[in-house]
Amino acid sequence: MTTQGQTAISGTNQIKRRAFVAEILKARAGAFVVPGLGSATWDCFAAGDSPEYLYSWGGMGLAVPTALGLALAQPDRRILALTGDGEMMMGIGSLAVVADQAPKNLGILVLDNESFGETGRQTGLTSHKTDLVAVAKGFGISNTFVATTHADIPALVKLLFQSSGPSFAVAKIGLSEDPWALPEKDGAAIARRFQIALGVAKP
Amino acid sequence: MTATPETGHDWSSDVFAAMTARNISTVCTIPDGGLTRLLNLVKAASAMRLVTLTTEEEGIGVATGAWLGGKRAMVAMQSSGVGNCINAVGYPLTLRSPLLLLVTMRGQWGEFNPWQVPMGQGTQTVLETMGVKCFPVDSAAQVGETFAAAADMAFNGQQSAAVLISQRIIGAKGFGQK
Repeated sequence: MTTQGQTAISGTNQIKRRAFVAEILKARAGAFVVPGLGSATWDCFAAGDSPEYLYSWGGMGLAVPTALGLALAQPDRRILALTGDGEMMMGIGSLAVVADQAPKNLGILVLDNESFGETGRQTGLTSHKTDLVAVAKGFGISNTFVATTHADIPALVKLLFQSSGPSFAVAKIGLSEDPWALPEKDGAAIARRFQIALGVAKP
Repeated sequence: MTATPETGHDWSSDVFAAMTARNISTVCTIPDGGLTRLLNLVKAASAMRLVTLTTEEEGIGVATGAWLGGKRAMVAMQSSGVGNCINAVGYPLTLRSPLLLLVTMRGQWGEFNPWQVPMGQGTQTVLETMGVKCFPVDSAAQVGETFAAAADMAFNGQQSAAVLISQRIIGAKGFGQK
């Protein structure tokens, strides 16, 4: 991750997203990942392609609902929803549904750069007043964490992959200019190889 | 002639039986009055799961995730909820995941509430424009077989299908204003 690691970041947030996500994914211990569209998907692919990632190029707001449906269908597997602040805000009500269904195997990590990074870095709603962790707690998800430095990774990994879920974490990440890392975009191909990796479909 | 609903035939039990026969084990929903009986059957069934949503589009994500994980789910809603789902409908289509919607119609047959009319009248057009095959049904006795046909098309053919249950079957809510 040297290239990304050397990338200058702006704003006050210190976490460098590519290196941070790569470390989280390295420690996922068999968890399947539902990344939100855009940067969260590029981050996963940049960390090394895997059929256990459900790459997304669309469906804004659906990362958490999809991960929830998957977690309920596969109760013996850990599932991680990994998404951005804008995507999470669009599907924010789904946190109430997660709290209500209470899957023990679901972790949610929001990469919060407080901006709409894909569309020109327009200021997002989490930059000032909105506190995503407080929202998640209000919806009834009590198992939460806020990461502000790379030193928080071990605690984050423990929360997302080892604790009894559902869990919800926010990582305050810096705005960075990372190299493009674009995975497969044929949704049917992505879904099929994901199902094969899960053992749900035959190769 | 008045816009009297059909009564007598228990279509909810027919749908429930068709769901059971097809291992459709999860129903995601924003409830509607016309869905009450079916949703109660699902809630009472130990092998089934009711997922209450905050907005209908979430159900499309949950149903897609269920299919990815090897389970079958559907989304049940009132016709106004279809409008909340438009962009989300493209998601299972792109992943070639099955999608099964059960929609109780409002704004259609004897509706007294004008606020329900625009989306009710647009429901089928919107769904078809988005690539969802629509199965409108206006007789209670035909709901079960229509649902079964739509479910088979969705899950066996990896298609998006919607059963539209006419307000003629459900009845128009009056709030004492009829």
